[in-house]
Amino acid sequence: MGFGEGLLHLLLVVVQALALLVPLLIGVAYLTYAERKVLAAIQLRKGPNVVGPFGLWQPFADAIKMLMKETIIPAGSNRLLFLMAPMLTFGLAMIAWAVIPVNDGWAIADINVGVLYLFAISSLGVYGIIIAGWASNSKYAFLGAMRSAAQMVSYEVSMGFVMVSVLLCVGSLNLNDVVMAQRHVWFAIPLFPMFVVFFISTLAETNRAPFDLPEGESEIVAGFFVEYSAMAFALFFLGEYANMILMSTMTSILFLGGWLSPVGFLPSGPGWLVLKIVVVLFMFLWVRATFPRFRYDQLMRLGWKVFLPFSLAWLVLTAGVLLAMGWLPHGA
Amino acid sequence: MIATLAFYVFALILLVSAAMVVTARNPVHSVLFLIMAFFNAAALFLIAGAEFLAMILVIVYVGAVAVLFLFVVMMLDVNFAELREGYQRYAPVGAAVGAVLFVELLMVLGGWHFAPDAASLRLGQIPAGVSNTDALGRVLYTDYVLLFQLAGLVLLVAMIGAIVLTLRDRKTSRHQDIGRQTARSAATSLRMVTVAIGAGVAPGDILRPQPEAPLTPPEPVGGGAGHGGPHHAAEIR
Repeated sequence: MGFGEGLLHLLLVVVQALALLVPLLIGVAYLTYAERKVLAAIQLRKGPNVVGPFGLWQPFADAIKMLMKETIIPAGSNRLLFLMAPMLTFGLAMIAWAVIPVNDGWAIADINVGVLYLFAISSLGVYGIIIAGWASNSKYAFLGAMRSAAQMVSYEVSMGFVMVSVLLCVGSLNLNDVVMAQRHVWFAIPLFPMFVVFFISTLAETNRAPFDLPEGESEIVAGFFVEYSAMAFALFFLGEYANMILMSTMTSILFLGGWLSPVGFLPSGPGWLVLKIVVVLFMFLWVRATFPRFRYDQLMRLGWKVFLPFSLAWLVLTAGVLLAMGWLPHGA
Repeated sequence: MIATLAFYVFALILLVSAAMVVTARNPVHSVLFLIMAFFNAAALFLIAGAEFLAMILVIVYVGAVAVLFLFVVMMLDVNFAELREGYQRYAPVGAAVGAVLFVELLMVLGGWHFAPDAASLRLGQIPAGVSNTDALGRVLYTDYVLLFQLAGLVLLVAMIGAIVLTLRDRKTSRHQDIGRQTARSAATSLRMVTVAIGAGVAPGDILRPQPEAPLTPPEPVGGGAGHGGPHHAAEIR
């Protein structure tokens, strides 16, 4: 590859990344709006309705407010790590999108180990939180970080087993192949229990209600980001929502057939993926409005004593059935 | 050309951060440098074409092991002045251990022989159509399945041993028995009784002292019909 050709390739990748990330960021902004509207509707309130028609400019008003505020760095904190943590959280939520296929073959990087890449990136999310908690030099932040670290590591284990049972049915680690393997039936149907375990684990992995103990505003104020203000806080906030979208996308791709059309006579396309993501995101918001927060020991019990043995048993069952019926996919 | 350049960049960062792990003053910084070293090692695996190993390195070491390191190290209360204090005294011991290890390494490397056909294996063609996930799986689960399973068994025993050694079930700690909780019903946990005022359900039930004389009934506040004096007296604790 010559230098000019390499430069052209680089430019193409940059354009592709922008084409993916700009809609994603707008989606993040409007997810905050949607959350407030959905919660309001469930609680018989109106939600944001003052800024613009139906309050549609609310996310931008919030963004401008965040930009205008002063960034406060606590005196006893570790400055470098304190500022690095929110950037890490936000950056990790963005780079995971490199392997997401939005249509057949439409991925920035169509790599062989896409599922592992996603899993690796999502398991790194915990660092932003731990580093924030430690660098803040505050008891509440530290407690939040400790809770978060234990929680995310616990639920990752069962998430891993769920992914492995999906991969057994696919026979490939490529996300494109994962979606194409669901041409006939979505994995959510034969692997329904795994779908439920995965969805609940994604709630825990994104620190969303009812597993939002790292924030636990009634006990530890706001947990790991209690010392953050202005843009640093905004990055955490946006990172959390971007992670929600990412996890919904993973759920859609692994279990709901990605961009494939659920009805035969309509063409498949990225629109279906967006629709599925939105449905899963609505479930995130719905769960938040419905369930009270778990107690910490209950959270650990659910992760280690219920999900882990269950997903392991289901994995063995899946492998056994595939082997007995001769349905094992051979290579890809 | 770009791959070679990338190799040197990643290898340099890897070596520098590995050196920082042992020289950084703050143990938390040491762990963070260790994580950086893992990342660069994963990048080197990627350049070598071993994408499966690269991802597993990040998932296992960065995503799980280093989190636990960081978890523990952050909770240490390190006194830096105290750390520096022993430096002079222990430096000779440290230097001696280092020297012994260095000599041992030299001896091992001095007696190093490559197997006769190793070089040809290294240059061998990668079979087409076999991804490295596939190749690793064949080696581990087909060719060496017994050894692999035995290694797993050893790890399992080690894990159970560690748990047995550290688990102390204090008899005073309270556990939630979810099965028992959900199995409860109104029939097994509730008893309906009609209690005479001030009498209690069974003799000795009442822990509060009984009033000597009946208290004066409080003034009925508007609409307080039916709020008799004795009722109120029973509520005063």
